[in-house]
Amino acid sequence: MDARPRPTLAVWKFASCDGCQLSLLDCEDELLAVAGALDIASFAEASSTLRPGPYDLSLVEGSITTPQDAERIRAVRAASKRIITIGACATAGGIQALRNFVDVNDYIAVVYATPAYISTLATSTPISAHVKVDFALHGCPINKTQLLEVISALLAGRKPDIPNDSVCVACKRRGTPCVMVAQGTPCLGPVTQAGCGAICPAYGRGCYGCFGPAEAANTAALAAAWTALGAGRRSIHRAFRTFNAAAVPFREESDAHGDENHQG
Amino acid sequence: MATKTIRVDTLTRVEGEGALELDIADGAVAGVRLSIFEPPRFFEALLRGRAGAEAPDITARICGICPVAYQMSAVHAIEDAWGITVDGPLRALRRLLYCGEWIESHALHIVLLHAPDFLGFPDAISMAAAHAEAVQRGLALKKAGNEVLRLLGGREIHPVNVRVGGFYRVPTRAELAPLAATLEAAHAQAVALARWVAEFPFPEFARNYEFVALRHPDEYPLNAGRIVSNRGLDIAVAEYEAAFAERHVAHSTALQSGLRARGSYLVGPLARFNLNHDRLGPSVQALAAELGLAPGCANPFRSIIVRAIEVVYACEEALRLIAAYEPPSAPAVPVAPRAGEGTACTEAPRGILFHRYRLDAEGSILEARIVPPTSQNQSTIEDDLRIIATRDLRLPEDELRDHCEQAIRNYDPCISCSTHFLRLEVRRR
Repeated sequence: MDARPRPTLAVWKFASCDGCQLSLLDCEDELLAVAGALDIASFAEASSTLRPGPYDLSLVEGSITTPQDAERIRAVRAASKRIITIGACATAGGIQALRNFVDVNDYIAVVYATPAYISTLATSTPISAHVKVDFALHGCPINKTQLLEVISALLAGRKPDIPNDSVCVACKRRGTPCVMVAQGTPCLGPVTQAGCGAICPAYGRGCYGCFGPAEAANTAALAAAWTALGAGRRSIHRAFRTFNAAAVPFREESDAHGDENHQG
Repeated sequence: MATKTIRVDTLTRVEGEGALELDIADGAVAGVRLSIFEPPRFFEALLRGRAGAEAPDITARICGICPVAYQMSAVHAIEDAWGITVDGPLRALRRLLYCGEWIESHALHIVLLHAPDFLGFPDAISMAAAHAEAVQRGLALKKAGNEVLRLLGGREIHPVNVRVGGFYRVPTRAELAPLAATLEAAHAQAVALARWVAEFPFPEFARNYEFVALRHPDEYPLNAGRIVSNRGLDIAVAEYEAAFAERHVAHSTALQSGLRARGSYLVGPLARFNLNHDRLGPSVQALAAELGLAPGCANPFRSIIVRAIEVVYACEEALRLIAAYEPPSAPAVPVAPRAGEGTACTEAPRGILFHRYRLDAEGSILEARIVPPTSQNQSTIEDDLRIIATRDLRLPEDELRDHCEQAIRNYDPCISCSTHFLRLEVRRR
């Protein structure tokens, strides 16, 4: 039995759906092994034992949308040797970053009868806009196999083996016929970061970009290909403005197809 | 005057973030607040201007624990607005997908989140040392539910295969066959799970709740039905907003829902079971009877048994759907967007989930309204806590806090859905 202390792990939630931290509990076959290899010091969704830091590794889910959370993430950073951001909210601001394109007060008035009770920031921003991040794992949600790889790699002091090619490449590797060529279905696969396993085209639909922009994504060329397939400006605008709307290449491409009357 | 506040800053083993505050004045409970401080994400606002067809994928992101519930309520509501009927094998596949989510979500809550309360552990991982078989069985069940989601949906969290009108791709009979083998094993595990939780020590506790659930002419409710209660409520889903009102309270980013006529009510497994026991089928009814569970159960601590019974039911139902499955001629029925308004209510693992959309002639969303189950249970949870805190006021604060947290977990609150997580604060005055 190795007597060295196990590395401590903390899991944090900011504005999010809980899905990315659930990915850890979804490792049904590996969960008890992970719990054996790591000392889970603070993971509120899974345990009532919440121990104070410092932590060797923090997984951070969610985006920063309130003044309190902007403070809290600094405390998390100070208590953590390494931070991995998990998912589109933490890495790009998430779907809630759609507020960044409007006046947030209009959003508050739509949902809440008493807006004065609500404390929120005008924008939803990624964790990296506030503190240094050691590794960003993309996806809405993240892929749990990639999560296990990143945790193992960082603890072993090596670079995580997370390919940064596109869904298009992953699709070809999987042997799925191209949905754009074969069915004329608009697809974001050529500009989207791989990691999901190219699921959507395998199910006969176009990729909807939930893993965010791939490296050196040529979004303008893809938008032109969509137009050739008959997609209108509004649908191109919407396609780039979803779960990674605030990621720069997607934001710029959606802006290029914007329509002041159609904020969505 | 002796005053005190007890506070749980971070409620654990729930999905999302909230706190609990108890005010105690002169030895009596003066106030209970379930504070939900999950940051608001403004889904109802950001949906405006989006295509109706985008609603299932966007609303799934409200909750990573029950994305299928959001996808189902969304597609049914949009289909209602556009005059589309989805039936036959496509309807059966939706029900099968939903069974997968019930199995996954219930197994997660029963074994990983709630059982540790009854057995005195801080979490399932420390519980695993003494209850290895039960924890392994729970994880196996959760995995079986996730396999249904993966096969039909493409992935377990935020499945990609659901669309207005049906699916993007439907499975062949041969693809479903291995799932049947998994579910046969899961069924046996679910029965063992139900027998295991039925032996837990349950506090004596009962209240005269108004239970609200869907009721369907011949199914245990998942995707469809009228909204009924044990006090005579019996309305079509479209009448939901006439019967229920939401209010915004200062201590919560979640809106609290109440019956306009009578206030607090309870949704979720206990309500479904009490109102639909006759739809469970003979073998599940027999198991419930064996475990001492009869319709009319008003002890929310026993909801963990009901959840286990529902896992057994979901396995049986999934197997029945797979056995009867004949692939449809197309993965979706034709969809033609038009101006209109549509509503839907489905049974999320935690209770009824209401959606309403108003759409323009191009099919873009003009207005969206979403009422998740946890905001419907929120005032009932506060009512339970008032009684429990009053009863346990003389206990050491740690025990009082544990009892309160356990009572909150009876509802499997999904705070991400309702918007946020819990802290317990008790103010003694």
